[in-house]
Amino acid sequence: MSHAQDSSLPADHIPTGLDSKKLIMWLFLASDCMFFGTLITTHLVYRKIYENIGVDPIQIFDIELTTASSFILLMSSLFMALAVSAIHKGNVASFRWNLIGVIIFGLLFLAGQVYEFHHFVTHSGLTLSSGTFGSTFYLMTGTHGVHVAMGIVWLISWLIYSFTARFNAHQHAVDVETAGLYWHFVDIIWIVIFTAVYLIEYV
Amino acid sequence: MSLTTTHPSTTETVAHPGTDDAPARSHLGLKRPDHSTGWKDWLTTVDHKKIGIMYAIFALGFLIMGGIEALVIRAQLAVSENNLVSAETYNQLFTMHGTTMVFLAVMPLSSAFFNFLVPLQIGARDVAFPRLNAFSLWTFVAGAVVINLSWLFQAANALGWFTPVDGFTDIVPSAGWFGYAPLTGDQYSGIGTDFWIYGLQVLGIASIAASLNFIVTIINFRAPGMKMMRLPVFVWMTLITSILVIFAFPPITVALAELMFDRTFGANFFRVEQGGQPILWQHLFWVFGHPEVYILILPAMGIISEILPVFSRKPLFGYSLIIFSGAVIGFLGFAVWSHHMFTTGLGKVATAAFSLLTMAIAVPTGVKIFNWIGTLWGGKIKFSVPMVLSLGFIWMFMMGGFSGIMHSAAPADAQQQDSYFVVAHFHYVLIGGSILSLLAGIYFWLPKATGKMWVGKLGYWVSGVVIVGLNLTFFPMHFLGMIGMPRRTHTYLEGTGWQPMNLVCTIGAFVLAIGIFMFLWDLVRTIKKGKPAGNDPWGGRTLEWTTSSPPASYNFAETPIVHSRDALWAHKHGNAALRIGSVKADPHGIHMPSQSWFPLFASTGFLVLGLSMALKQAGVPYCGYIAIGGLCITVVGIYLWALEGPGGYHVKPEEAK
Repeated sequence: MSHAQDSSLPADHIPTGLDSKKLIMWLFLASDCMFFGTLITTHLVYRKIYENIGVDPIQIFDIELTTASSFILLMSSLFMALAVSAIHKGNVASFRWNLIGVIIFGLLFLAGQVYEFHHFVTHSGLTLSSGTFGSTFYLMTGTHGVHVAMGIVWLISWLIYSFTARFNAHQHAVDVETAGLYWHFVDIIWIVIFTAVYLIEYV
Repeated sequence: MSLTTTHPSTTETVAHPGTDDAPARSHLGLKRPDHSTGWKDWLTTVDHKKIGIMYAIFALGFLIMGGIEALVIRAQLAVSENNLVSAETYNQLFTMHGTTMVFLAVMPLSSAFFNFLVPLQIGARDVAFPRLNAFSLWTFVAGAVVINLSWLFQAANALGWFTPVDGFTDIVPSAGWFGYAPLTGDQYSGIGTDFWIYGLQVLGIASIAASLNFIVTIINFRAPGMKMMRLPVFVWMTLITSILVIFAFPPITVALAELMFDRTFGANFFRVEQGGQPILWQHLFWVFGHPEVYILILPAMGIISEILPVFSRKPLFGYSLIIFSGAVIGFLGFAVWSHHMFTTGLGKVATAAFSLLTMAIAVPTGVKIFNWIGTLWGGKIKFSVPMVLSLGFIWMFMMGGFSGIMHSAAPADAQQQDSYFVVAHFHYVLIGGSILSLLAGIYFWLPKATGKMWVGKLGYWVSGVVIVGLNLTFFPMHFLGMIGMPRRTHTYLEGTGWQPMNLVCTIGAFVLAIGIFMFLWDLVRTIKKGKPAGNDPWGGRTLEWTTSSPPASYNFAETPIVHSRDALWAHKHGNAALRIGSVKADPHGIHMPSQSWFPLFASTGFLVLGLSMALKQAGVPYCGYIAIGGLCITVVGIYLWALEGPGGYHVKPEEAK
């Protein structure tokens, strides 16, 4: 190995070979795990250790609706995976259709959550001030809803951008993949919330 | 928001090959602020070195503010039954002193070193995301301003111009730097707590964004041959600190959000009468708060590990072990939080476990101390100012460490809890540890940052006066704590016997302040009158000393190729095979990222958001809408930032000289 001048290495080499945008997203998601971890822990601690939560969750939850909306969110991840695959192959038309699928399913999930929140408030009387259950439930699921909403805004931005002259499937594939990582993560978090917050009440 | 720009389609350009000038206009059609000068250059810069210098300036400014708060506290306690400030003001002073020193002085001063040094030490052009780095800086400033604006509203209240509707006259945060529930609830404290909540939330965003950036930079932007186990120890400690930040800040952010929901939207997280548990706040706070201690000290350990080998003319003793110990400290840092809560009645098992883990964390810390001593052993020691401060660090930090181990024994801790003994302990660790090493770092790297060498011998006096002042202030506090003086007490009775030692503490605090003032004088004098430092004034060991002083905007004319640890030392004194190589320069020149207004623009939104949310609690009309407006500013700023395109231009090193 000659040392004084070694031009075999490109100036923009990356030691790990992992794109920096993807790496920073992975790290952000690691950090986000702690956010949701703290929120879910707060909920479970209040729910399971202390008696005085003010309400009976089984009387409030509509498990059929939540199961359906959970399924819809999971299916949106399938569309997301297809959209990422399409843009890597340079198939912009397929990318757009799949992205529209993700956006619609994401919006359906959000609509389900809005309906759920509205129903809880108007029919079951569960508000943010209903014992600790209302507080932990709304802050946790609300934070998740905000994550979904931000993901939808992000993906709509990509959909619109894909019609502009600057859009380049080859170059932007990694950016879309990064958005995809976020979207899948938000789905996985929902699986945890659905299990640890909803299903656990029926055990 | 113009998502559909109507520019003619060009290939998405990172650069125009063959041209050296910036594409003057961004994708939005706006003029890029490249090549600007003066204040405009500083506001739009994405250069890690300038960002680092700005972090340092803001941090030193807040260090002075926090210091003045401390001096007023000490003046109040100088004699018994004193009434220099009211009890209410006293609470505000110690709260703001703690918050300012932890979040606005020591953390950003560490950030200044991360910013300035990491890319230079790993042989990189800049950090991974230069605009995100600028965003972190300005967001930090926004958060700091939100918290400190409370002083202005307090003054307005005193003048009768401003009265919050909640009936509290307490407008500066006053619930202590760890804001225990339910004292922070809306029944017990006024909008000071809201300023504190929103300011800290914004600071959290800044810290997490900066840390994500540094982890990516260290992992992905190392020069060829700069393997992980060849990284300078300071870079390793930056990496570990950044990892701590991204995992430790989410719990405090959630805790603050819960408190915000309690205060603003009527939630019940910490409302005892509705089933809320104040102990939850303590857990969430200290799950953050203990790693935070290591966030403050690990960068300091990194700085010391860089300085000692240079002035001992020896490699660092046990390089791998020092890094491993740093990683173990970081890891265990998440497993010891409940030692702040021994007196809350956790139960025997939990108390024993946290006690044991706290004792365990002293082991890697001790390993580091022995390694530093091993580095000194048999070295050709040169007592320069950074070295004197570093030796002071080892001694003073050990003192703080010893009293720390005393706290790990739960029964002993129950006696020391909330006494001045604890105050003595953490000031030895934070001043004797963090501040001494940060001063050492400034003495060490200022010639690199400014190109000016220190004038005269004032630095030795600074070291001496600071170390004497520190001991005079905090050593008697151990005894004060032992004879029962509680922490955060506004005043004390005459017959308690606390009077003489308190007076000594107060005199010590002013000696310490004189030391810091002398340091600032030395700093200003050197920047004005210092002689040129040259590239390598100390006989350095790492890559930053291969660059010019101050380094050129592009850092390295040719990317270095590293073949060993302590690359520059090996280059100067090792065999020929270990010489630093270089990647052949691109004939177009070095690619530079474009400057941008949008990081600053997006951060401004946080300032508006934080301030208006706090004032909303005071009943100021329309603040809810202004808060939404602030959020919109941030969102629009981020979109404009994304849509302006990365830009960039080329600089030819020979021309730039």
